[in-house]
Amino acid sequence: MKLQKSTVIALCSVLEAAHEPGRQISSAGIAEKYGVSPHHLAKVLRRLGRAGLLESARGVGGGYRFSGNAKRVTLMDVIGLFEEMIVEAAGQREKAASTDVERAIAQVLGEIDETAKAVFKSITIATMLRLIERQNRVAGQSPPV
Amino acid sequence: MQAQSADLLVRPVRARDLDSIIAIDAQITGIEKAEYWQERFHRYGERKRQPCFFLVAECDGGIDGFIIGEVRDWEFGTPACGWVFGISVRPEARLSGIGTRLLDALCNCFKNAGVSKVRTLLVFDDMLVMTFYRSQGMMAAPIITLERNLE
Repeated sequence: MKLQKSTVIALCSVLEAAHEPGRQISSAGIAEKYGVSPHHLAKVLRRLGRAGLLESARGVGGGYRFSGNAKRVTLMDVIGLFEEMIVEAAGQREKAASTDVERAIAQVLGEIDETAKAVFKSITIATMLRLIERQNRVAGQSPPV
Repeated sequence: MQAQSADLLVRPVRARDLDSIIAIDAQITGIEKAEYWQERFHRYGERKRQPCFFLVAECDGGIDGFIIGEVRDWEFGTPACGWVFGISVRPEARLSGIGTRLLDALCNCFKNAGVSKVRTLLVFDDMLVMTFYRSQGMMAAPIITLERNLE
């Protein structure tokens, strides 16, 4: 499955901010690291802010800070802000299908959607941070940002 | 009061633990299954058939949780690995590391039995348990479950 660019940027931003909860991350730093336009990133960060996952800090050195509960917020909570297809019930696609062939295809796609949703719902931000740490340990790299 | 993880003793199940296990399971699932747990105890606890493991988490003389697992060879065509069949922690005792201690202890049993992988199987919407396993670093296995209605 492929997530929209906004969704991937949102996940990266949340994980970068949650890695050091007290620390502010700069949007310029995120834009540069992930090769995204500052304008596009600003829109994503605003939406995350409205959802209560990030809070902005104004003034010199201002940026964004993670304001969610890393042990409670799941990947689905972030993805659901940007991906309507995932949130949409699988049954809706089947209802929209008008032929037997379309209904069969919709059933298979629905199975994939349900699997994806279950995976996204089961992984918290804290779990993702541990996964990143494990990957870095294996690769001998430093943590994000 | 929640038990601190350090005060816990994780040990093999004993016959006198069964009432607590049945009560914990009934509290979580809403169904009391005394016969089922007697059979599980007979199979995984009493017979000491290796490599089957039925462990409990004891705190201040009470049982706060339990875990059951077994090493199986060539299950679904895959090489030997440890399977976790079930883990339960008393709701009032959660968020204090009991599940982690139980899973760690079972994984040590599996390692001592000579396997290097642990697996489990659970339903999609059991988010509480799925989130727990994910937090323990478990990822999707290269296995898929399939079903159909018998007509």
